Amino acid sequence: MAEVTLNSVWKSFGSVRVLEDLDLVVPAGSFTVLVGPSGCGKSTILRLIAGLEDGTSGEIRIGGVDVTTKEPSQRGIAMVFQSYALYPHMSVAENIGFGLTLARLPKAEIRKRVEEAARILQLENLLDRKPRHLSGGQRQRVAIGRAITRNPKVFLFDEPLSNLDAALRTQMRVELAELHAKIGATMIYVTHDQVEAMTMADRIIVLNEGRIEQVGSPMELYNRPETAFVAGFIGAPKMNLISGESASRRGCDLLGIRPEHVEVCQTGGEWEGRLRYVEHLGSDTIAYVDVAGVGPMTVRMPGEFNLNSGDLVQLNPQKAHEHLFRASRRIETEL
Amino acid sequence: MRRPRVAHLAVRYVLLAWVALVFIFPIVFMIVSSLKPDLQLLRDSASLRAFLPVGDLSLDNYRAAFDRAPIGRFILNSLFITATTMVLSLFLGSLAAFSFVFLQWRGRTIVLSLILATFIVPFETIAIPLLLIVNNLPWIGIDGFRIGWLNSYHVQIIPWIADALTIFLFVQYFKDLPRDLVEAARVDGATWFQVYRRVILPLSGPVIATAAILKFLVMYNNQFIWPIMVVQEENYRPIMVGLQYFFQLNTAWGEIMAYLTVITVPVLAFYLALQRAFIASIASTGIKG
Repeated sequence: MAEVTLNSVWKSFGSVRVLEDLDLVVPAGSFTVLVGPSGCGKSTILRLIAGLEDGTSGEIRIGGVDVTTKEPSQRGIAMVFQSYALYPHMSVAENIGFGLTLARLPKAEIRKRVEEAARILQLENLLDRKPRHLSGGQRQRVAIGRAITRNPKVFLFDEPLSNLDAALRTQMRVELAELHAKIGATMIYVTHDQVEAMTMADRIIVLNEGRIEQVGSPMELYNRPETAFVAGFIGAPKMNLISGESASRRGCDLLGIRPEHVEVCQTGGEWEGRLRYVEHLGSDTIAYVDVAGVGPMTVRMPGEFNLNSGDLVQLNPQKAHEHLFRASRRIETEL
Repeated sequence: MRRPRVAHLAVRYVLLAWVALVFIFPIVFMIVSSLKPDLQLLRDSASLRAFLPVGDLSLDNYRAAFDRAPIGRFILNSLFITATTMVLSLFLGSLAAFSFVFLQWRGRTIVLSLILATFIVPFETIAIPLLLIVNNLPWIGIDGFRIGWLNSYHVQIIPWIADALTIFLFVQYFKDLPRDLVEAARVDGATWFQVYRRVILPLSGPVIATAAILKFLVMYNNQFIWPIMVVQEENYRPIMVGLQYFFQLNTAWGEIMAYLTVITVPVLAFYLALQRAFIASIASTGIKG
């Protein structure tokens, strides 16, 4: 377990500035997810921590030790790549044990640790196979196994689930969270998928254009987004962000209200609109409404509602769940 | 619909067969002629009989060829020079390519362009300067220290180790390997040489086969002018220089054919051994022979 800190790190690729004076603390033992849209610099941060990329300036510490100029292998980290990056010519056992072989550990010790990792990840029967004979999920486990055996202080995951199908992704999410609970190491996980971030993290760092938008637990981000970007990024379906008349009436320039916090009513709603499309999910009904003067809005209702495209509906926001933003930053309301 | 396809196939096969014959006839001619006495060989060469094993056939030419020149020695010399150059060239070429593709250093693009530019320099333009250089270089061998590399194996090996084509082949191949593998190995604690040796090299079978065959053919078949310039002693001569033994007062065509047949065997054996990997590599890299 080790804390990871970045102190005023800058990174440019040629003339393109990717990170600008970034300060970041990842607490020891946390499962921290870096999330943001493509090109926001999240993978660059991970690669800087791993030592696969040199920062233009700034300092990186792992467990209190300055590792800024250290080789990847001397940083006490292990990394799981998006492509898994398994060595195609080695068996599963050799892949998992490669780092230990390089460290010239005794053969018996290597075998013990490989078998231990295989047991945790249920790979015992596959140890002699080559990666090409494994399914996507199995390859993913081998890549994680390779990380585990090195006993790293920090695990780095670079979008590890993005090559898996939806069902497997859900399963691996649970497995990764369990793994974290079991071994307790610091884990830093990069994804652009906010669902992955919400379900796995105990701490989320939202990034946008090389800057940190907000740091907090999943529920903090959900309940109190500090910026309009976070408000729009976290949560599915996305938060309704409304400008114009409705916003200025509340003394802000942007009103945010989550789809689950908008009620459909017969009369007396704040907005009236026409149903464009309705999704019936069984547990929820999601309605897409075109509201005149506001634009498209999404409404999420628990259970099954008998609504049809083309119906006229009235919408009302739950006052307690309104988020107000001025110049894209949250402002407090006295309710 | 069916008829045009059959016709199409027929045309294709006739064409392919014709091309195959064009390539195989010289070899057939060589082998058949090596079995005929000179008079018959010259008489037959005006007709199709040149390709047919007919008439007075014997192994006399082979006996005579082996009597005239130390063929075994020449073949061993050529094989030693070729194999040593090939192995060193593959090793250094792949290392150079590794550094061009995977290491970050200033100016590597320019250096690579310069190396590739040496493609267009013909050997004839550097032959004399090269001769002057090797003639003045020191060497410590089993017979002690001496100045000048003439009359040795290493004078036929060292100038040919660094090879732009080998480097180019490896660079192209390495570029297509996933970078993640290199980074994963770095995170796993591999040194750069370990990345090369344990991750990249084991995945480079096809390009190794291609580069090996090309280098082997060039070294085995084309070593003629340079050895004539730098080797006077029979002990170090390669096969192509050995061919001179048969072009003296009376050109013995039958013996030449016998000699050529014998020296072709190692090339064919080497090619057949690596053929599968060679073809796979050409198919996958798009570098057409």
